[in-house]
Amino acid sequence: MHTTQRSSHPLLSVDGITKSFFGVRVLHGVSFELWPGEALGLVGENGSGKSTSMNILGGVHQPDGGRMSIAGLLYAPQSPREAGRAGIAFIHQELNLFPNLSIEENLFITDFPKRGGVPFIDRGWVRRRARELLAEVDLDLPPTRLVGNLAQGERQLVEIAKALHADAKVLILDEPTTSLTRREVERLFAIVNRLKSRGVGIIFISHALEDVMHVCERVTVLRDGAVVGTDLRERLSLPAIISMMVGRSIDAIFPERDTKPREEVALRVRNLTQRGVANDVSFDIRAGEVVGLSGLMGSGRSELARLIFGLDPMESGTIEVAGTRLMRPSPKASMAAGLAFLTEDRRNEGLLMDASIVDNIGLTFLKRFKAGPGLINGKALNTTAGELARMVHLSTDRVQDTLAKHLSGGNQQKVVIAKWLLRRPKVFILDEPTRGIDVGAKQEVYRIINRLVEEGGAVFLISSEIEEVMGLSDRILTINKGEITGSFERSRFDREAILAAAMAPVGPKREATA
Amino acid sequence: MLVSEAVSRRAEREAGRSRWKAAARFILSEYLVLALCVLYTLVMIPFVPEIATVEVWQNILSDMMPLLIVCLGQTIVLIIAGIDLSVTAIISLASVVGASIMTQSDGYLSGPLAAPAAMAAMLLVGAGIGLLNGLSITRLNMPAFMVTLATTTFFGGSAIWYTTFHSTTTSIYDLPDMFISIGDWDIAGIPIAVVIAVAAALIVHGVLAYTILGRWLYAVGKNPRTAYVSGVPVRTTIMSAFILSGMLAALASIVYTARLQTGTPILGERILLDVIGAVVIGGTSLFGGKGKVIWTVFGVLFLVLIDTTLKLLGASLFVIYVIKGSVILAAALLDTLRTRYLGVR
Repeated sequence: MHTTQRSSHPLLSVDGITKSFFGVRVLHGVSFELWPGEALGLVGENGSGKSTSMNILGGVHQPDGGRMSIAGLLYAPQSPREAGRAGIAFIHQELNLFPNLSIEENLFITDFPKRGGVPFIDRGWVRRRARELLAEVDLDLPPTRLVGNLAQGERQLVEIAKALHADAKVLILDEPTTSLTRREVERLFAIVNRLKSRGVGIIFISHALEDVMHVCERVTVLRDGAVVGTDLRERLSLPAIISMMVGRSIDAIFPERDTKPREEVALRVRNLTQRGVANDVSFDIRAGEVVGLSGLMGSGRSELARLIFGLDPMESGTIEVAGTRLMRPSPKASMAAGLAFLTEDRRNEGLLMDASIVDNIGLTFLKRFKAGPGLINGKALNTTAGELARMVHLSTDRVQDTLAKHLSGGNQQKVVIAKWLLRRPKVFILDEPTRGIDVGAKQEVYRIINRLVEEGGAVFLISSEIEEVMGLSDRILTINKGEITGSFERSRFDREAILAAAMAPVGPKREATA
Repeated sequence: MLVSEAVSRRAEREAGRSRWKAAARFILSEYLVLALCVLYTLVMIPFVPEIATVEVWQNILSDMMPLLIVCLGQTIVLIIAGIDLSVTAIISLASVVGASIMTQSDGYLSGPLAAPAAMAAMLLVGAGIGLLNGLSITRLNMPAFMVTLATTTFFGGSAIWYTTFHSTTTSIYDLPDMFISIGDWDIAGIPIAVVIAVAAALIVHGVLAYTILGRWLYAVGKNPRTAYVSGVPVRTTIMSAFILSGMLAALASIVYTARLQTGTPILGERILLDVIGAVVIGGTSLFGGKGKVIWTVFGVLFLVLIDTTLKLLGASLFVIYVIKGSVILAAALLDTLRTRYLGVR
């Protein structure tokens, strides 16, 4: 037993919670305990019951059976408001802030303090209290700053400050590190540790298992709506957790591939420059080769990809796809030349959320199904979309009447991949292809990448997970501030060296201002 | 005991939910508006027995036709999440431009070619204003609402101004018989206006359902970013929508002008509410991405039906407006409910 455990009651006890939706049981008796001052990691694949459990804890749904208690007292919230009053604070992945309001307005939006009964806000008090709260989360910003002008990590800290103001005893963090830079993650961990020392209990939900292992004392693994096991961090390893999550042991997370890059160059980029985005970038990707791009958040990774695909304008430089130079870069021209681009923003740029799977898949290449002047052969499109859906192992074969928004994250990503496979791309640019999807779906994405490469395609892989880049690439380029700072062949892959190259200073010195 | 209480409360809620689901299925049905039309007609028979006569239905049909043609264009524009307020100005300007060309008292042209040339010019006016709308929206990134509000004001005024050069009164008369015949001739008992409207409806339906442009229109309406990243020519698609809307408004202007036998700059003035209202009543979403020709047909039918019955009842104009306004508000509310709670197309 560990040291922070002083009280006789757990801070939060969840005992045998069951829940069904439309007759389908999604939780089969979930139980766990959270002690004051500890962080409990909650991991599991998408659909394992994490979100449902947390929604029950947060009062969004009510359980069918089982009981919960807080500090020994029965707890059965009927609404998120009640949960909040009981001391449960839920920090969602998509933050709940108003970008057009200031930090302090966001902090007190639900209960602006009034001055002695008159309906005017006590601005002076608000300002003082906001400063206190910001100091507690180490955020050195004026409370009047608009939330819209804050970085993602800063917004998250504002949310935590809001929870502190509400005097939260249990803080639920849902995927808190996915969209943060490394430095922001470090800061978040420091604050989590500080909250722990004050006796707050933290539930840390994440696909980033390294982060879970780093910050949590204990880890609970969920699978198919039940707890597979809970154990101390010291007694767990990453492979052990993964095999608990997927229910079978995984020999290798990254499937084997023994193809060698071919001779011909699929993508040739020369002296690509756009002020503030890319600085004299040159590199080649050969057919049958995976080139990984590694860099810190804000290094210009995604921006470089967007530049190559023609989404953003470039000042100078040349791009050749299979020997053909792109003259006026635009997505249309890039696609015609054989490029495909999986964007990191699946919801807003990758998919038509309100459209069917067929409509999403067909969108990139409707002309392939041309039947007469301007007409489209809907039947052929449906058939082909169905084949592609099977090829990427989509969870459903009802491709005509399933809307993209009703799919899980992993399956949505498969639809995006399928829509680009429709064009049989020569070069596939993948920007964060596995963000926010579970381990099983990740592996499927890896397999698709391997198959693409075996068939002679070239892949440009961008990922913030360095293990992923190292596991899949034949060669890794590092980028910092829009400049290529290193190139590593597979035989020379070394985590430390790659990270060092990604942080190597570039060009004319710029002062890093926080 | 708290949990078990919660469970029983939940059971109640679940029962309510299945009732709600049955209601939802009815509300979502494509033929909801048609069903409402039939229901409304049946309810009205005791109060307005004339509604059961052939003559009244012929009237309803002929009132529907020009409105339907304009609404077809508006449907396309709403699908791309736009709006076209300029249709009324297009109807007016096309009317007086066409009339000024073919009028037999001092028109630009005379002889058998005058009427076809005038009609071509009218369609050009529609396409031109549509092009201007499209360019302003795609190249200058202005919102469709502001652009078409501006063009409708500008060209609405221009139509009146233009009339002053060609007529001493507010309208241009003496249109050739060949043109006027569009308003009263028929082919095997079916008025030409009906033939034109049905043909236009079939063509627009074909474009939306069976062409690449149709898929692009829906995709752009659902999410222009995704469409652009997927290689859809977003600008061309938006332009096409506004040009089609403009041309359909001009086509409607031909029918209106022929029926009135005069070119007048105030022809379209009153119908903007009806156009957008009918399309929304039909079920086409103001949020973009969904809409069908058949929905619009039912929407137009419903609106004209209300109009006709209220007139037969002897209701005053403002009562008619109050009731139409309520129906349109209800339709917009329904659209929101469909989008938010049911999330189905």
